[in-house]
Amino acid sequence: MIKIIKYFLIDIIKNKVILGLTLFFLVTSFSLLYLDENQTKAVLSLMNIVIIVVPLISMIFAGNYYFNAYEFKEVLLSLPVARTRIILSEMIAVSISLALSLGLGLGIPALIFGAGSTILYLILITMVLSVACAAIALLVVILSREKSRGLGLVLLAWFYFSLLYDVIIMTLLMNFSDYPLEKFVVFLAALNPIDLCRISMMLKLDISALMGYTGALYKEFFSSLIGSAFTLGTMLLWILIPTLISIRIYRKKDL
Amino acid sequence: MIQIQTLHKKYGNVRALDSVDLTWNQGDVIALIGPNGSGKTTLIKCILGLVFPSAGDIHFMGRSILNSYEYRKDIGYMSQISRFPDQLRVGEMLDILTDVRNVKDSDRDMELYEEFKIEQIRDKTMKSLSGGTRQKVNSALAFMFSPKVLIMDEPTAGLDPVAVEILKGKIHRTDKSVRLMIITSHILCDLEDFATRINYLQDGKVRIDYSFAELREKSGESRLSKAIAHILNPS
Repeated sequence: MIKIIKYFLIDIIKNKVILGLTLFFLVTSFSLLYLDENQTKAVLSLMNIVIIVVPLISMIFAGNYYFNAYEFKEVLLSLPVARTRIILSEMIAVSISLALSLGLGLGIPALIFGAGSTILYLILITMVLSVACAAIALLVVILSREKSRGLGLVLLAWFYFSLLYDVIIMTLLMNFSDYPLEKFVVFLAALNPIDLCRISMMLKLDISALMGYTGALYKEFFSSLIGSAFTLGTMLLWILIPTLISIRIYRKKDL
Repeated sequence: MIQIQTLHKKYGNVRALDSVDLTWNQGDVIALIGPNGSGKTTLIKCILGLVFPSAGDIHFMGRSILNSYEYRKDIGYMSQISRFPDQLRVGEMLDILTDVRNVKDSDRDMELYEEFKIEQIRDKTMKSLSGGTRQKVNSALAFMFSPKVLIMDEPTAGLDPVAVEILKGKIHRTDKSVRLMIITSHILCDLEDFATRINYLQDGKVRIDYSFAELREKSGESRLSKAIAHILNPS
């Protein structure tokens, strides 16, 4: 298993896309922290960029890599290696490279400028988010037969989680504003990993006052220990469930 | 060695394999022939576990291959179009296969590797190789681990005449009594020298399943192509 993860990692690094991504995160994070005197504001800008860009990049990267490594997987499959191990190894290798790329790209500038716990938390949660997005993308591409359709669906998934989902929730809240929906909204947030991460980051930044009523409830819930455990646990589920479904499907898939 | 039992494979409405029953024994060299789209490659992919049959079963040395993967250590496979990861170098590819199969370097069969002079292209990426050269690498890899079952899908396609002779020579020299070889090809005279059993597939069905000797006897022809034509269109 470790052998196969290693070969996937070598293959990913040879691809050089991941190096470009690391450089991109490095430049973004460096310039934001350098330009803004006020670190909280810099972190806020960084969060706004990261919350849109990281899911998109992670999903496209994971989806694209699945098709890029198609031949490689075919070669591995003609060897005495179980399918479960192959697809799990790919998922782990993609996760490691995305998390490392983010960790280094965002982390190095943060360390240079003397980062507080807020930015470290932001980096950590972004890494978890990128892995969850990769897991979702992998599931989407395994379900689709060809590359163009697969990547199209990945984009659609990103669009849904980043924009569409919020619109739906907004509409819901507007129409049912007479009812006490606050607790229900916390539950709804858990159904979208991007939203969950965004809320969790915002609360760390202490700008929840901007979010009005719901913000107060969020603050109360998410900053408690149970809230943190809830965020972490839900994110882990967002990684585990798509991965397990992917494995199940891949085991019985015609190649 | 391999028993295929009423194997069916449907792709949507297309019956790629329709009730295929075959038994292949150790010592056989199977000529798997048939027109384009007759199900040869699908059958091979089923044996390799790349494609799952809709119904039926395949036994490899007495055990069902469904939900199993260990049996693949005994298979050497040369695919039709050598599809390899583009950015890997030839040498790396070789090392990965050796490593994943857990084979010692000294236990490898390097004859084809040397005859095809693959040492000289070790540092080239797969992407930069021509189709024929890739096929050479492919065949060297298939023979390298002395597998008990050797499956070659169109092995001579794209190879230059000299390389074809080298490959044929290798097939000749290989000890066939301890293995099973399955070769598909459209060039029947390539197969004539080795084949002990002829399987002709058409529209996913087995049309001919005879040993070469039986086929010769039944058709009264000695050439493979004529014998097949005679059986299919007895006039």
